[in-house]
Amino acid sequence: MGDGFPIRVYLRLSAVALSVFACAAFSAEPQKPAPLKSGIEFSSDDVRKLQADDFANPGMLWVARGEKLWREPAGAGGQACAACHGDAAKSMKGVAARYPRVDVSAGRLVNLAGRVNICRERNQKAAVFKEESDELLGLTAYVAHQSRGLPVAVSVEPQARKNFERGRELYGTRIGQMNLACTHCHDSNWGKQLLGETISQGHGNAYPAYRLGWQAAGSLARRIRACFFGLRAEMPAYGAQELLDLELYLAVRGNGLPVETPGVRR
Amino acid sequence: MALARVQLPARAKRGEAIEVRIAIQHPMETGFRFDLMGKAIPKNVIHSLRVRYNGAEVFAAEMGSGVAANPYLQFYTVAEASGEFVFEWVDDDGNRGSERASITVVP
Amino acid sequence: MRARRHFLSVLAGLAALPLARPVRAQAEIVAELVQKLTGGKPVTAGRVTIDTPRLADNGHSVPFRVSVDSPMTAVEHVRSITLLSDRNPRPLMATFRLGPKSGRAVVVTRLRLNGSQRVLAVAQLSDGSFWSGSAEVEVTESACLDMS
Repeated sequence: MGDGFPIRVYLRLSAVALSVFACAAFSAEPQKPAPLKSGIEFSSDDVRKLQADDFANPGMLWVARGEKLWREPAGAGGQACAACHGDAAKSMKGVAARYPRVDVSAGRLVNLAGRVNICRERNQKAAVFKEESDELLGLTAYVAHQSRGLPVAVSVEPQARKNFERGRELYGTRIGQMNLACTHCHDSNWGKQLLGETISQGHGNAYPAYRLGWQAAGSLARRIRACFFGLRAEMPAYGAQELLDLELYLAVRGNGLPVETPGVRR
Repeated sequence: MALARVQLPARAKRGEAIEVRIAIQHPMETGFRFDLMGKAIPKNVIHSLRVRYNGAEVFAAEMGSGVAANPYLQFYTVAEASGEFVFEWVDDDGNRGSERASITVVP
Repeated sequence: MRARRHFLSVLAGLAALPLARPVRAQAEIVAELVQKLTGGKPVTAGRVTIDTPRLADNGHSVPFRVSVDSPMTAVEHVRSITLLSDRNPRPLMATFRLGPKSGRAVVVTRLRLNGSQRVLAVAQLSDGSFWSGSAEVEVTESACLDMS
């Protein structure tokens, strides 16, 4: 070549090397359990039967509520969800499978419930629903139910990369008096017994779900809070960024699992 | 507001024993729980459910806190004539609920 | 902070619960309730079948199916089925009224069981006789406490 490496070439090579390094550093691949199994596979026959029975499944009461709300006029213009979205079975098919995702106009990561509330406020000019309210759980469950059977397919957009990394970091961080991280149970010990229960892989594909212990349907955020409490850690408040970041991480980690909403869990 | 779902066949043969199901969203509050501030949550359960088929009672349930939240009941009745099922229930607070379903009975 | 307060309040609540009666004493209370129900008439064990898990997933909601061997005709049928608990704070759980129009003497529901126990089902037939069946259910604590 000559007796000096041209600076231009050197800089270009460095840039290439750096970007390759950066891509390797950000891996959108979480540590996935193998084989990937939904929580229903760790459940008893009774719970499986209950989830499979669309009438007896108590979560369907919330889906039914959501269906009613879908058709109910709301807000300043008296428009129901159906006014814009028509038949949810068609318009909402596949939607839940892609959440959490970034809402462009809000400029932030949202889960499905958050997106429902954005629609309420922005498009229907109606009051948002309270976290864990029957209405919000109902509409979220109804919309998610339209994706039942479809594989979770969440991708991490560039704007959500920090959220994903934060979620992954939280997933591996020890918390609470028990000083354990999510990974200790749900990556290292799934399938093993914890008292009378079998530890699952900790996926969110069945949520909102009816938990027998709650005597009600609840969101994935509630379930994550319950895990914090179980480890004797302070529970993040509803709406906390940590919960959302964890939801994103969990979703990507569970990509490929079928949406089961409304799930039944003990 | 209590939401309820009922299920029974839309059509049946006369004399056939049909399966009837009802699920009601209701906490069936036992009266033994406490809220976040330590106050007792008062008991409130659906204590009475009655099912009438073309006006005649075909099933009834008197229930207490021993029935799980979001009560589910499944029972049978003989299809006699086309008409209507009326489900009615009341809880300790006096809240009433009802649902209806029609049936066509063929000979 | 709130979680700890809540946890303490739940503990206080547990302390305020009617002290769980020893299972044997409650079985006697149940026997008295049955006597009242039957007006002193004898109850024969039989004809009543209970289908419920041997080990419940969660005491809040236990699937429960009770059936009575009966032709369910106008002259011979089940009038009522009563469920009683050996362990719940309220021993009388439910009474179902059937009749000649029922077709099948089967009721399915979900029960709340306050711990491992025997559940007793007493059926009254149209001829005035009483029959019973029972089932033992194990109910365990959750692996993790949940105050979410």
